[in-house]
Amino acid sequence: MFEFFAHHSKLIDQIGINALLALSLSISLRAGSLALAQAAFMGIAAYVSSIGAVHLGWNLGGAALAGALAAALVAAVLALPIGRLRGVFLAIATIGFGEITRIIAINWPITGGAEGLSGIPNDANTLSIYGTLAVVGFAIFLFGRTKLALAVAATREDESAARGVGIDVAGVRMGTLVAGAIVAGLAGALYAHSNFFITPGDFGFGRMEQVLVMCVIGGVTSSLGAVLGALLMTVLPELVRFLHDYREVSSGAILLGIILFSPAGIAGLWQRRT
Amino acid sequence: MLVQQLANGVFLGAVYALFAIGYTLIFGVLDILNLAHAAIFMLAAFVALSLAGLGVPLVLAFALALVVAGLLGVLLDRVAFAPLRRRNAGTLVPLISSIGAAIIMQGVARGIWGPDEQRFPANALSTAEIHIGSLTVGALDVVILAIALVLMGVLSYVLRSTALGRSIRAVAADRVAAALLGVDIERTIALTFFIASALGGAAGILIGLQYNSVSLDMGARIELKGLAIIILGGMGSVTGAVIGAFLLGAVETLSVAYISSSYRDAIAFGVMFLILVLRPTGLFGKRALRAA
Repeated sequence: MFEFFAHHSKLIDQIGINALLALSLSISLRAGSLALAQAAFMGIAAYVSSIGAVHLGWNLGGAALAGALAAALVAAVLALPIGRLRGVFLAIATIGFGEITRIIAINWPITGGAEGLSGIPNDANTLSIYGTLAVVGFAIFLFGRTKLALAVAATREDESAARGVGIDVAGVRMGTLVAGAIVAGLAGALYAHSNFFITPGDFGFGRMEQVLVMCVIGGVTSSLGAVLGALLMTVLPELVRFLHDYREVSSGAILLGIILFSPAGIAGLWQRRT
Repeated sequence: MLVQQLANGVFLGAVYALFAIGYTLIFGVLDILNLAHAAIFMLAAFVALSLAGLGVPLVLAFALALVVAGLLGVLLDRVAFAPLRRRNAGTLVPLISSIGAAIIMQGVARGIWGPDEQRFPANALSTAEIHIGSLTVGALDVVILAIALVLMGVLSYVLRSTALGRSIRAVAADRVAAALLGVDIERTIALTFFIASALGGAAGILIGLQYNSVSLDMGARIELKGLAIIILGGMGSVTGAVIGAFLLGAVETLSVAYISSSYRDAIAFGVMFLILVLRPTGLFGKRALRAA
């Protein structure tokens, strides 16, 4: 058992970080906004926490909090101009924001450019990653029992009706974007501190696509689903590794098979029966 | 200098337009974003390159690769979209199935052509240049522009003046009403996929010729730009996509010339972001806001 963990600790850490990312996106999706800036928030926090650790000697806790705070601030500012956007228009505006962030990271000397930033202390371990996941999961659980969670669900289901009963729709959208950014930021800081180095390419559209897949495979608005989606989509490439040359084709086929079998995602498998 | 840059922008914009039209046609008819469009774009370029490598004349290789791309589009619809359409799965789920299909196509391309960038056979491409005053343009660029414009013209004719075009527009406007009026929905959707994917494939081949380079990641590089263009143009609007494409081509070449090549894409996306903030449904979007 111990050997299993020692052997796969990298993969186990990756699952935890991906679960945080999938949760962060599901927070935004829960308010019905298809804001796809998670990879950018992750990257901003990864760079802030790494630069702090490398140049200023911050410890993991401080670096992660500073990173999450930076991501939250950027999200709060971003929420203002994109407030009127919905659906695919919101999606593409936020993807564009992600690309701009990535290009700035490539060209800004302090980030180490396209070659990446190295020498990040490797002080995030399985305990800190899963500890963070547990805290975030518990916070989401607690939030689900408040009245505010109903306001979020109402905003998703019918925006005009929500506004009609006095819900501050713009506030709900900004709040979920910022909350999602904090979680993505924590994931980004943990990601940076469990790798020796990061590059802007780690936080591009490919990453965003991956997070979206995890979330939808999980079941869009279900937290447990998001975590299971992250688990499945992180382990899948490892499971098909033995197929060598056919590994890309088979992971694509499995993804396609799952989504065609259960369009409501993993969560749809149990939600259908209740 | 400015005229030269604008000319370069036109060459770039024409290929962007072909790619974006395919995207926007499928969105217009089905309301879904097809993220496998860029994979077909890349596959078509490889097919044309392989045919040219076998000694097939370039014109014929181009035409055959177009047909392959179109058929791939039909297959894509059958496998990744049609089953979800029958179950009314919304718009986010088909997005994911198209990502799955794109991963498969990427894997197939890697299996057949390997991971490295490839070039068209030497002497297959003309390197002649045409001088008009101080303006220098490649003969190849002119041919590419002409092909792109002809394809756009054909599409515009098909959409406006043929029975198929009427069916496509009817299904885009209201699928249920179109079905009641006797339009064969599945056949129309299949033909839309054929046309859209053939145009995307044409863009892939032309860009492969323009830069004399075909690679696995060429789709990823144009994918987001294509999305930006169709959003700017107002989702589902073919004219809007063409205008958006030339606009993006101009913004890119001008920002390389006058600002900085390293910030080219950031400026392009910045302009898009700004336009969206000012006009939340795109420059030419007349449709109501749609939920994703």
